[in-house]
Amino acid sequence: MSADEAISYYDMKGEHHPENGTMLGFWLYLMSDCLVFAVLFAMYGVLGGNYAAGPGPKELFELPVVAVNTSMLLFSSITYGFAMLEMARNRKSATLSWLAITGLFGAAFVGLELHEFAHLISEGAVPQRSAFLSSFFTLVGTHGLHVSFGIVWLVTLMVQVGKGGLTVENRRRLSCLSLFWHFLDVVWIGVFTFVYLMGVLR
Amino acid sequence: MSAAHDEHDARHVHGHDRGHGEAEAHGSFKAYMTGFVLSVVLTAIPFWLVMGGVIADKQVTTLIIMAFAVVQIFVHMIYFLHMNTSSEGGWNMLALIFTLVLVVITLSGSLWVMYHMNANMMPMSVHDMRNMP
Repeated sequence: MSADEAISYYDMKGEHHPENGTMLGFWLYLMSDCLVFAVLFAMYGVLGGNYAAGPGPKELFELPVVAVNTSMLLFSSITYGFAMLEMARNRKSATLSWLAITGLFGAAFVGLELHEFAHLISEGAVPQRSAFLSSFFTLVGTHGLHVSFGIVWLVTLMVQVGKGGLTVENRRRLSCLSLFWHFLDVVWIGVFTFVYLMGVLR
Repeated sequence: MSAAHDEHDARHVHGHDRGHGEAEAHGSFKAYMTGFVLSVVLTAIPFWLVMGGVIADKQVTTLIIMAFAVVQIFVHMIYFLHMNTSSEGGWNMLALIFTLVLVVITLSGSLWVMYHMNANMMPMSVHDMRNMP
């Protein structure tokens, strides 16, 4: 049986199925990542009120900084969207420019978050201080770590696109990172609502 | 959503130049901008409510900002992640629904059980608290 015959043999039912399951597989990875964040959110929900006579959200969180941070991530989401649109139009340099802008917004987000963490630690609000701070640093830190690795991935893809152009493989990789990037923005909606805004309201 | 579906169908007809079914629908400029504007509004209002102390009742404010978060998550899912019931033959949506069920069970279960645990704990004296590890 030749290769063509084999394909037609297995495709006889004419059912639609993805030729390559990368996008579905990556989606499944994101869903499992979603469960990781769900568990961290649950942990924060349970422990978030245990200050151990230490500082609480009201004294620690600066909402204007969080608002700027949120906008950084939101801007990076839309600029990644523009990169995908340029990719669909087959414009390599425009794609790379938008990716670079996305990376800068992402770096600004991580920078502001590190600045916030450094500020907290300098005030003595270290992760060991209370269960609230442990769960806060774990949840927000895990998200920040995801964004940081997203930036590393972004730079890697920029090099690959720069060298190889918008090939099928690179388009697939950019689509995967697109899902990852937008997914992190979705998680951040939960973080700023559940941790920051509700923390200050508490 | 039907527009994205049509685009998908169109690609089936017009051939396989781009490894079809691989890079999914990318959305349009209009869809991205719609999602972005909606997200900005849905982010700004909760921040304004909390930072401005617009509503005196904290519980009401909490419920409102949680509702805004849920709506914004759906906006991101539809306009940025291009979720629809037909992508990858429905498997994307199936995985998402399954995950959401697990997330709801994890979150509500943990909060519910731990709240009752706390409520039923033996009260701790100041002396015990001081000698905690």
